[in-house]
Amino acid sequence: MAGLFWLIPLIPGASSLVLLLAGRRLGRSRVAALASGAVLASLLLSIAGLLALLGRGAEAAAPSKMLLPWIASGSFEASLAFRFDELAAVMSLVVTGVGFLIHVYSAGYMAGDEGYARYFAFLNLFTFFMLILVLASDIVLMFVGWEGVGLCSYLLIGFWFDRPAASKAGLKAFLVNRVGDAAFIVAILILLSTVGSAGLAAINAAPAAGLLSPGLVTLVAILFFVGATGKSAQIPLYVWLPDAMEGPTPVSALIHAATMVTAGVYMVCRLSGLYAASVAASSVVAWVGALTAVFAATMALVQNDIKRVLAYSTISQIGYMFLGCGVGAYAAGLFHLVTHAFFKSLLFLAAGSVIHALGGEQDMRRMGGLRKRLPVTFPVFLIGALAISGIPFLSGFFSKDAILTAAYAGGRYVLYGLGLAGAALTAFYMFRLIYLAFYGVARGTPEAERPIHESPRVMTAPLVVLAVFSALAGFVGLPAYFGRRADLFGRFLEGATAEAARHPAPSIEVVLAAAAVLSALLGLGLAFVFYRRSPDIPGRLTLRFPAVYRLLVGKYFVDEAYEAVVVRPLVRGSERIHERFDLAVIDGALDGSAAAAGLAGKGLNVLQSGLLRDYALAFLLGAVIFLGFLLI
Amino acid sequence: MIPPAAFFILAALLFVLGVVAFFVKKDLLTQFMAVEVMLNAGNLAFLALSRPAGRPDGQAVVLFVITVAAAEAVIGLAIIVLVFRQRKSIRTDDLKGLKG
Repeated sequence: MAGLFWLIPLIPGASSLVLLLAGRRLGRSRVAALASGAVLASLLLSIAGLLALLGRGAEAAAPSKMLLPWIASGSFEASLAFRFDELAAVMSLVVTGVGFLIHVYSAGYMAGDEGYARYFAFLNLFTFFMLILVLASDIVLMFVGWEGVGLCSYLLIGFWFDRPAASKAGLKAFLVNRVGDAAFIVAILILLSTVGSAGLAAINAAPAAGLLSPGLVTLVAILFFVGATGKSAQIPLYVWLPDAMEGPTPVSALIHAATMVTAGVYMVCRLSGLYAASVAASSVVAWVGALTAVFAATMALVQNDIKRVLAYSTISQIGYMFLGCGVGAYAAGLFHLVTHAFFKSLLFLAAGSVIHALGGEQDMRRMGGLRKRLPVTFPVFLIGALAISGIPFLSGFFSKDAILTAAYAGGRYVLYGLGLAGAALTAFYMFRLIYLAFYGVARGTPEAERPIHESPRVMTAPLVVLAVFSALAGFVGLPAYFGRRADLFGRFLEGATAEAARHPAPSIEVVLAAAAVLSALLGLGLAFVFYRRSPDIPGRLTLRFPAVYRLLVGKYFVDEAYEAVVVRPLVRGSERIHERFDLAVIDGALDGSAAAAGLAGKGLNVLQSGLLRDYALAFLLGAVIFLGFLLI
Repeated sequence: MIPPAAFFILAALLFVLGVVAFFVKKDLLTQFMAVEVMLNAGNLAFLALSRPAGRPDGQAVVLFVITVAAAEAVIGLAIIVLVFRQRKSIRTDDLKGLKG
């Protein structure tokens, strides 16, 4: 079984192909069964691979499989080859596990949709590319997955392409990602020309082997990170993600939890050899991560769309992951990635369930009082919210704490403070959402209220499973005060990354954990006061600080700034070029040559009299001249 | 034995006759006959050269020319008939459809 790990990406790929070609003829139930079954098969293979990894000897190499040589040009080689090491195992479990639940949920959520087969084909394709990215053993193949994921995000965000907002959001995601990908490509090219190999192992070993000068290491690492800011929605390229909410809700869960956005974090962990070798690049990663964590959280405070709150929350949580990677705690970053995958997909799918129940309503101002009417969705949503807020002994508590502890232990007190502030903000916006949507009185119109119902079993079952994982997943990575060997997750990943996290004394760790819990409780308490006990406070604050409120609601006007600084000059410049070059030079040359041909025709026209005699005369003269040449 | 030069002179005369007739006459049928005269002038020259050279090539070419001329006559006459049906005239001065 474990030797078949190379099938993990190929099964969803094959299924996607079948669905694309013959999906319409299969019938809905078989489409859903095939798509979910393919991901389930990959999940089982991933579990088998994980067990094999756990059982192997310490010195045995991770299994790898070369399927096909792809490019071989001089010393440069890239091939279709997979590698299943600890890092890939964790990631592929997350992708297939969460992905499978999202597939099952989608079977219910998309039940009435026209493009059922197309939807599942894209979902499978997404899983396929993500797994390629995860299992690739060289950077070129990884880039294939990286780009494929971008393509699928475009296809799925713009799934309802007849809605202008959706197709625009898909395009935005694609283009913003492209900006980051350009940096990624440059980094690959630099590596190919200096290291001379595309293999991930060779790249990670390159700084130590002296193949890369320190400056070049920093440059390459930062270029890769620019790629990651695009894919993982960090400052400055995060703008696509909130708009990506235009896609179907399970897609948001897939993009936000299991696949796409975590790709950047995974890539940084994968290339940890580079980042560990460059203090400057690591600092950039940590700072961007911490700033994004706080910045995105502040924007989540005032959003009224339930999915947008979660979108900014994702950006913020990914920021934590990068903060962890940036301070050398790759295992902690990855740990948060895993727990986040559980609770964020839970939150998204539960939000989807709410939206489904309300017949498409996403505005929290028209929700309220749903606690009693959605008896499954509410408790699982609450568990997800408690987990993401870092309430003790739920998964998010352990993973966020591991990151904050590593930041503190590394002496990065400012970063630690930012992380702590972010934790309070996280608790605040999550419980604002809970109080607005589930408590209080129903604020919807009477017609919208009547048909509210809990979602079907096929949708709630995945929610319950995810809730269990959100609650318990943290226990695989216990902090040091539970015992030195309690961190199973960290020990499993030992050697897979260039882990450089320092650990403080257990007593200090307890204090840090208490501080994190206090800040979460502070946020939670504030949310309670603002949105439950005296709901008039937010309105008064808005009146008191109109500028701050406008800034937050306007999302710091980053979109507008990009529009003015990047998009509009680009469009303007393109129009100029269109006028000055396309219309004047290219079209001019074309029209000119056509006009010249026309003029020549008109000139020669005079010779054509239409009289047989004239033609014969010309013929005769020609013959005479020809003969004359022959004779003379 | 008639000297070959006599044949050439006759052939040349026939050819020039054909050319002149082609340019002087104004109806398609006569001009067509002028073309036939030119063709046969060529045939005569081939035959005249073939015998003293002692090779059969010239005669073979003549056979070909006759065959081609027969085919050409069929098509040419058919065209003339059709032109006449369409235009009620075969005067070449009336047929100016190719004027640019």
